[in-house]
Amino acid sequence: MEVFRPSSLYEALEVRAAHPQAIPIAGGTDLMVELNFGRRRPEAILDVSRLPELQVIGREDGRVTLGAGVTYARIIRELADHPALAQAARTVGSPQIRNRGTVGGNLGTASPAGDSLPVLAVYDAEVVAASTAGTRRIPWREFLVGPKRNALAPDELIVAVEWRQPDGPGSFSKVGTRNAMVIAIAGVSLQLDTAARRIRIALGSVGPTILRAPEAEAFGAGILDESGAWADPRAEVPADALGRFGELAAAAARPIDDIRGTAAYRRHACAVLARRALTWALDDRRLAAG
Amino acid sequence: MAVEARGVGLAGRAGRIGTSAARIDGLPKALGSFAYGSDLWEEGMLYGATVRSPHPSARIRSIDVAPALALPGVRRVLTAADLPARRRYGLEYEDQPVLAEGIVRYAGEPVAVLAADDPEQARAAVAAVRVEYEPLPAVTDMEAALRPDAPAVTEVGNVMRHVRIVHGDPDARADVWVEGYYEVGMQDQAPLGPEAGLAIPAPDGGVDLHVSTQWLHSDRRQIAPCVGLPEEKVRLHCAGVGGAFGAREDVSMHIHACLLALSLGRPVKMVYGREESFFGHVHRHPARIWARTGARRDGTLVSARVRLLLESGAYTSSSSVVLANACTFAAGPYEVPNALIEGTSVYTNNPPTGAMRGFGSVQVCFAHEAQMDKLAAALGMDPLELRLRNAVHTGSVLPTGQTIRGSAPGREVLERCAALPMPPDIPPTDRDRLTLPGGAGNVGRGEHIRRGVGLAFGYKNVAYSYGFDDSCEAAVRLERGIDGPVATIHTAAIEVGQGLHTVLAQIARTELGVDEVVVEQPDTEIGSGGSTSASRQTVMAGGAVATACATVRERLLARVVEALGPDAARGPLRLEDGRVFDGDVPLGGIDHFLDTPVEAREVFHHRPTTPLDERGQGENPHVMFIFGAMRAVVEVDEELGLARVVQLAGVQDVGKALNPRGVEGQIEGGAAQGLGLALLEEIQLRDGRIANASFTDYLLPTILDMPPVVSAVVEDPEPGVPYGAKGVGEGSTIVATAAIAAALRDATGRELNRVPVTPDELAGLAPARTSGGPAPIPDVPGPRAVLDYR
Ligand SMILES: Cc1cc2nc3c(=O)[nH]c(=O)nc-3n(C[C@H](O)[C@H](O)[C@H](O)COP(=O)(O)OP(=O)(O)OC[C@H]3O[C@@H](n4cnc5c(N)ncnc54)[C@H](O)[C@@H]3O)c2cc1C
Repeated sequence: MEVFRPSSLYEALEVRAAHPQAIPIAGGTDLMVELNFGRRRPEAILDVSRLPELQVIGREDGRVTLGAGVTYARIIRELADHPALAQAARTVGSPQIRNRGTVGGNLGTASPAGDSLPVLAVYDAEVVAASTAGTRRIPWREFLVGPKRNALAPDELIVAVEWRQPDGPGSFSKVGTRNAMVIAIAGVSLQLDTAARRIRIALGSVGPTILRAPEAEAFGAGILDESGAWADPRAEVPADALGRFGELAAAAARPIDDIRGTAAYRRHACAVLARRALTWALDDRRLAAG
Repeated sequence: MAVEARGVGLAGRAGRIGTSAARIDGLPKALGSFAYGSDLWEEGMLYGATVRSPHPSARIRSIDVAPALALPGVRRVLTAADLPARRRYGLEYEDQPVLAEGIVRYAGEPVAVLAADDPEQARAAVAAVRVEYEPLPAVTDMEAALRPDAPAVTEVGNVMRHVRIVHGDPDARADVWVEGYYEVGMQDQAPLGPEAGLAIPAPDGGVDLHVSTQWLHSDRRQIAPCVGLPEEKVRLHCAGVGGAFGAREDVSMHIHACLLALSLGRPVKMVYGREESFFGHVHRHPARIWARTGARRDGTLVSARVRLLLESGAYTSSSSVVLANACTFAAGPYEVPNALIEGTSVYTNNPPTGAMRGFGSVQVCFAHEAQMDKLAAALGMDPLELRLRNAVHTGSVLPTGQTIRGSAPGREVLERCAALPMPPDIPPTDRDRLTLPGGAGNVGRGEHIRRGVGLAFGYKNVAYSYGFDDSCEAAVRLERGIDGPVATIHTAAIEVGQGLHTVLAQIARTELGVDEVVVEQPDTEIGSGGSTSASRQTVMAGGAVATACATVRERLLARVVEALGPDAARGPLRLEDGRVFDGDVPLGGIDHFLDTPVEAREVFHHRPTTPLDERGQGENPHVMFIFGAMRAVVEVDEELGLARVVQLAGVQDVGKALNPRGVEGQIEGGAAQGLGLALLEEIQLRDGRIANASFTDYLLPTILDMPPVVSAVVEDPEPGVPYGAKGVGEGSTIVATAAIAAALRDATGRELNRVPVTPDELAGLAPARTSGGPAPIPDVPGPRAVLDYR
C-alpha cells in the first residue's frame, strides 16, 4: 500500500488528481476501522492530517470557517460560542477519538449517525471542496446524497465548512443506550435564528441521511410569533405547543429497527429531544435577557 | 520481547495475609511489559486462522481447500478429513467436533484451520477456502427446541439435561402466592485479552502449547487425544491471561494450533480478533424462568415452585453443571421448607454457552429477588425485613436437603448492606450533566428524573460440587537468595487478573516468615491446579500453598533442631522476619539453615461433596457458600427511558479477606459486570447469527455508566480451610443485576422482567415479556447427574 504524505493543500490536490484511487485519511478513526475489519483495501492512502490549510478556524464578517482537519477536541476548546457544535463534539467517542477525529472525516464518511452533521445542517453550512481545477462551495442540502454518500467528486478534497455565525441559542443532543462512547440511536440539533425569526432542526440516525423537519420548523417559528417570544424572550410559550413541535419533528423521522434501537423508540426520542431542545433554547434566551 | 517473559515468574517483596499487598503483576501490567498470550513470539512461527460456518445449521456438501493453498504464504489447510486421532472434545462430554464433520450446528463453528506466513495471508486464505453448504432448518429458540416436532440439534435430541428438585411437600398451602416470569439475555464475558496461544513442536515428537487459559490440565486432557499424543507429550504453559470470567474454561484455538504445529513441524500462533472472539468462546446461558412463591401472612416462606430453561446452544460445554447450580440456587438464600424446582438445559442452533462468572446463580437471582420484592409488596412488608426473616444460616436445610454446616452469615451481610451510606441526593438540575441519565449525550437538564432504590441478596457455592474430587497441587521451595531467603511457588493455578498469585505470595510470606517470594508461571510440569473458576482458587491453590509451606517449615525447623541439638529449643520454634525464633529469642537468619533448599509438594482437597439423586437431593452437594447483598440507587429519565446507576453498595461474605484491596477490586469488577447485564450487555442473535460481534455494538459499561461502589466485607471464617477464607470472585456479580433491576422497577413502577432492560421498556414503549406458561417437562429418563470431569 502506497502512502502519500503531502505537506500543502496544493500538493495534496495534485496527488488526488494523479491518483484518484488514493483514499484520504485524516484522523483515521473511521478509515482504520474499515481497514482493520478488511472491508476496504485501498491501493494507496493520502494523508491529509498535516495540511495546514485544513487546520483553520476563521471568523470574518459574521462568517465562520472550520477547516476539515480540525479535531473534536479543538472544537470543544475553541468554539465554545457554538454550543450546538461543541456539544456534538463532546458526544463523539472517547477522548482518544476526539483527539484524532475530524469534522472533515465525519463529512467524508457521511454516516447518518455522524454527530457533527445535524449541527452543520441547522447552521445551513456550505462544504468547501477543492481540486486542482479550483474550489467550489457545496450547499448543505446538496452535500449528503444518501447513506454514507456525499457529493464530493473523486478528484476533490474537503477543505472546510463555512456558515453564518448563528444569532440565537442552539443545542445538540444524542440518545444512545450507553452513557458515553455510543453510536447515536437518535440525534437532534436545534438552532434559533433570532434575526430571521426562524428555527432550524435536524435529526440524525433516524433516516438514511440527516433529515431536516420543515413542518416542525415552520410550526415552531409560528408559535414563537403567536406568543410574542421572538420579540420578548420572557414571553411564555404554551407547553402543549412545545409538545406539538416535538411531535412534528418526530414525524419527519424515517427510522428503522436495527440492533441499536427500535424505530418506535427512535421516533419517540426525537419528539422528546426536539421538545426539550426548543424549551432549552427559550430558557437560554430568557436567561440571557435577564 | 515477549518471548523472553515466557516461563518467568513474578516476584514480590512485601505483605502478609490480611494486608493489601501490592500486586506482583501490577507494575509489569501498568508499564506494558507483561506478556499476554497475544504477545507471544517464536522464531519462524506461522499464523493460524479459522474458517467458520456462516450458517447456524447446515450440511457441508464439499470443502475445496485448493484455492487457499494456491495463495502466497499458505502452508497448510486442515479439515475434518485430516484429523489424526479423536475428533471430538468437550469439558463435560466429548461432543464438540475439533472441525465440523458433515454438519455445522451453529454460526461460527470451525470448519477448517490453516496456517500461513503472516496474519494477512492467513486471513486471505480463510476467505479463499470454498465450502459448499446445504442450509438446514435451524432451531434458534429454546422453547421451540422442546416441541416434539422440532428438528434435533444433536444426536441425543434437544434436551441436554433435566434436573428435578423435590423438597418437602411442593403442594403445601400458603396464605399468599406471587407469580412471575423472567428472561435473561445472552451475556458475553468480553475479556479484554482475546483467545491466544502459541504451539511449538518439540524434538521428542510432542508439543509445547503456551496459552491463555483457566485450567491447563483440563485443556491438556482434551487436547492430547485429539492430536494423538500421550498427555505427557503435550506440555502446557500458561501465557499471560487478559481476563477470563469463564470464557477460557473451554478449549478454543488450543487443538487447532497444536494440530497445525505438529503437522508442519513449525511453531504456530493463533490469536482471535475481537469479532472472532465472540465466536471463539461460550457465553452466559440465556434463561427463561417461571416462579411461584408462597408465604404465610407473617412473611415466612412456605414454598417455591420454579420452572427454568437454560439455553445450552449447539454443544454442551459446562451446561449440565450450570443447570444443576441454577436449580440448587433457584429458591434463593432462604429457608423454604417445600420446593419443586424443574430445570432443563436445551440444545439449539445458537452459539454454545457455558461458564460465566456466577455460573447459573446470576440468572436465578434475578428471578428469586424479583419474587421477594413482589412478595414484600403483596404482604405490605419491608423488602429487607422479608429477606432477613427468611435468610438461611448455619444449620438451615436447603431445597437439596443439604444442611449448611459451615459459615453462612447471610443476615449480617444483608444488615450491613442496608446500613451502608446512601449517595448524596443533589437535585438533578444542580448537577454536572454528565452525571444525568444519558451521560455525555446532553439529553437533559435534569427534567423527568426519577430515583429508585433496589436490594438483592444471593448466594453461591465455592469450588466444585456434586461429588467431583476437586484438588490443587503446589510445590514450594525455600532457598538462600541474594539478600535473604527466597520462597518459590509452583502451581498450575492460573492468575487471570484477579490477584491470585499475589495472594499465594502473601500466604508463603505468612507461613515462612520471608519477604521475597517468586511465583512461577503455571504449567503442566506439576499436578493439576484445577480451574480458576467457581471462586475456588484462594481456597484451593491457597490451601495447597499453605499446606506445602507448612511442610517446608516443618522440614526447616527439623534442620534447626538438628543443628542446635534437641535441648536448645525452649519455646515453640517459629519463622518470622526472615529469622528463626525460639519463643521470643531469635536464633539467627533463616538463610543460615539453607545450605541446600528445602522443598515440599502437597495436594489440597476440599471436603468431599455428593451428587444429586433422582429427586435432586443430596447429603452435601456443595462444599461451602458465599453470600452477597447489594443495594443499587438508580436514576431514570422516565421520558427517554435512559438510566444511570448512581451508586452500588455491596457487602460480601468472604470468610477472611486475605488481600482487602483485592477483595474490593473483585466486588467492584463483579458489580460492573452485573451492571452490564442489567442495562447493556447482550449478544443479539438474529436467526442464530450474532448481530453485534464487536465492542461497537456489544456495549460494555464505561466509566460514565459505572458509579462509585461502596463496599464492605463480613469476615466469618469457614471451618476447615486455611485462614477461614472463602472465594470472592463471584458474589457481587450475582446480586448486582438483580439489585439494579429492582431499583429500576422502583424508579419506574414497571415490571421489567427481562435483562438487559431496554430504553423502550423503561420508557413504557415496550410491554413486559409474557409467556404462554411454564415450558412442558421433557420426557427424558430422569435427572441423571452426568458429571465426567476426571
Ligand atoms: C471508538 C470510536 C467511536 C466513535 N464515536 C463516534 C461518535 O460518537 N460520533 C461520530 O459521529 N463518530 C464517531 N466515530 C466515527 C469517527 O470518529 C468520526 O466519523 C470522525 O469524524 C472521523 O474523522 P477522521 O478524521 O478520523 O476520519 P478518517 O477516518 O480519517 O476519514 C473518514 C472518511 O472521510 C474521508 N476524508 C477524511 N478527510 C477528508 C478530506 N479532507 N477530504 C475528503 N475526504 C476526507 C476519508 O477518506 C474517509 O472516507 C467513532 C469512531 C470510533 C473508532
